[in-house]
Amino acid sequence: MLYIKNLHVKLEEEDKVILKGVDLKIAPGTVHAIMGPNGSGKSTLSYVLSGKGGYVVTEGSALLEGAELLEMEPEARAAAGLFLAFQYPVEIPGVGNMTFLRTAVNAQRKARGEDELSAGEFLKVVREKAKALKIDAEMLKRPVNVGFSGGEKKRNEILQMAMLEPKMCILDETDSGLDVDAMKLVADGVNALRSTGRSFLVITHYQRLLDHIKPDFVHIMSDGRIIKTGGPELALDVEQNGYADILAEVV
Amino acid sequence: MPQIDVEVRDGVDRETVETVNAMAGKYKYGWETEIEMDFAPKGVNEDIVRLISGKNGEPAWMLEWRLAAFARWKEMVEPDWAMVSYPKIDYQDIYYYASPKSMEGKPKSLDEVDPKLLATYEKLGIPLREQMILAGVEGAEAAPADGRKVAVDAVFDSVSLGTTFQAELMRAGVIFCSISEALREHPELVRKYIGSVVPQTDNYFATLNSAVFSDGSFVYIPPGTRCPMELSTYFRINAENTGQFERTLIICDKGAYVSYLEGCTAPKRDTNQLHAAVVEIVIMEDAEVKYSTVQNWYPGDENGVGGIYNFVTKRADCRGDRAKVMWTQVETGSAITWKYPSCILRGDDSQGEFYSIAIANNAQQADTGTKMIHLGKRTKSRIVSKGISAGRAQNTYRGLVTMHPKAKESRNYTQCDSLLIGSNCGAHTVPYIEVKNNSSRVEHEATTSKVDDDQLFYCRSRGMNEEEAVALVVNGFCKEVLQSLPMEFAMEAQALVAISLEGSVG
Repeated sequence: MLYIKNLHVKLEEEDKVILKGVDLKIAPGTVHAIMGPNGSGKSTLSYVLSGKGGYVVTEGSALLEGAELLEMEPEARAAAGLFLAFQYPVEIPGVGNMTFLRTAVNAQRKARGEDELSAGEFLKVVREKAKALKIDAEMLKRPVNVGFSGGEKKRNEILQMAMLEPKMCILDETDSGLDVDAMKLVADGVNALRSTGRSFLVITHYQRLLDHIKPDFVHIMSDGRIIKTGGPELALDVEQNGYADILAEVV
Repeated sequence: MPQIDVEVRDGVDRETVETVNAMAGKYKYGWETEIEMDFAPKGVNEDIVRLISGKNGEPAWMLEWRLAAFARWKEMVEPDWAMVSYPKIDYQDIYYYASPKSMEGKPKSLDEVDPKLLATYEKLGIPLREQMILAGVEGAEAAPADGRKVAVDAVFDSVSLGTTFQAELMRAGVIFCSISEALREHPELVRKYIGSVVPQTDNYFATLNSAVFSDGSFVYIPPGTRCPMELSTYFRINAENTGQFERTLIICDKGAYVSYLEGCTAPKRDTNQLHAAVVEIVIMEDAEVKYSTVQNWYPGDENGVGGIYNFVTKRADCRGDRAKVMWTQVETGSAITWKYPSCILRGDDSQGEFYSIAIANNAQQADTGTKMIHLGKRTKSRIVSKGISAGRAQNTYRGLVTMHPKAKESRNYTQCDSLLIGSNCGAHTVPYIEVKNNSSRVEHEATTSKVDDDQLFYCRSRGMNEEEAVALVVNGFCKEVLQSLPMEFAMEAQALVAISLEGSVG
């Protein structure tokens, strides 16, 4: 599904290199987790994959089902099936949540040459998916993320994911700032979307999210590279012992 | 079937965007019509004033009125307090009268007008045949079965080419014609009201207009009548180096209602052209006027070369009790926009509303706003102003809310929002609030926001391209104003908003 090969990325404005050769293969239907100390480049990886400005790829590639992501505009990557659930979703005043969702869904469908959803069809689907995430009609009418609590913003990201039906979902610290109940709600939402045709890359600091979204693989990232890969037990190890030992192994 | 509570506007957004993508992107009205024109000699002086009055076949009192205004104008000094700057205008280097030669024979109806002129309006998408305009709303389940008629008065440079649906309107007692025609057919009406809302002495440009106004629209709605269709005037400046000074007078008698639309475009030129219009609206007891403008004069190119100077005086006088007026404007063109559509709330319980979207991109400048003058008791006014700045543009909102000592229990609500796109533009707000009694209430809210890269990236990461993203964010910003426009105008305005901001990001 996603094949990242020797990815080197530096900042556009300065000569600072953030990613120093990331290699990662994510097979369809699998869930991968990335953990690592602050500043290791986890968020940068997610931004570069989704096409955010401010970064320069100096070497390497990222293929989504064989297509080179790094050469595509952000909207093309979305239409190709990539989705990033932001750590800090922005607010868009004046634009209703519903309007935003419908514009996004139809933009992607159009890009893929599919028929757009009619107002009625769209409404039906949204209501179903919103209900499962405990997002009420009121929240759907409010402007996107304006005045939403942390938990509401994250749930809104998952709602978008549910509506857009992406193939490769990157969750950037989706659990940050959430209480236990909110986190469970988000995890349930993610789990409901697991399927053989869909993969997840979950970026997190804490093991507890991985109790609910059980990963197939766990990677530790440090200083711009993935330094260790293991199964779910690796996350437990980090939780208990911190990164010190793992970092020591590498040096 | 579940109640569809998704607004119709959702569907319109999609269509807007498709329209934007289909267009070339540049000012699409920049072409000109090649037609033989009859010009008065350049410059303004008594002879020119007499010439214009003569061409229109005006009564003697009108000529006297014009000459008095001209005499006054010569003594006046051009104001310079607005937050706009422009090279000194040489008033003697302008044509004050330009008319297609074919119009000299005074065609009785549109059928007799030179087809080339009619083709101009067709190209602009303005219906001059008395045809129905179909509502054609997206989400066809909601569209009405029959079409809608809109009467059009087409003004080309200094003359009105003709007005559609006049006969039908006459049957309802509604007079809708060019002001030159009104001076010939209904002079008593014109004489009674002209200059009563915007006197000849009002301001430099209104005074100039009073001397040299060429044509414009005249509307009279008799008591108790709801005008059977929307009325509109479409102004097209075509000739080079010509100023356009149109004068519009709308009188809405007791208990009557009319919705009036104004559209304007001009060809792309390297030089600036002056458009100094005056609009007067008189509203009697229990009457209501809705006046909407979609202004799309040529804005000048990215470097600020060329473009129309839009210096306009518009004022509504709510003379009777419970009179109402609503001004809605979408100003996207002009090199410089300088106008304050205002309301004199004279009658008790009268109401004035002002909704505006003013866009300034590239090198455009705008100093616009409104004046709400509360004289009567329990009068209400509402101002919603959305200013969008992009490129190197400067956008200023200037508002006056004044409550006279006798305007007891009057209220005003003002909301003034600015949106900045990019880092080189500016937004300024200059509110004046004067309250001279202790039972009035004035509320003023202002916000300034920026369309930032993060918002656009968020939209793009969800599948929208850059244009769709900007359109979405800006439409959200302008929603309240767009919703107050008549249907067709709303769609045109949305498309216009998107086009005006092309190239503003990145």
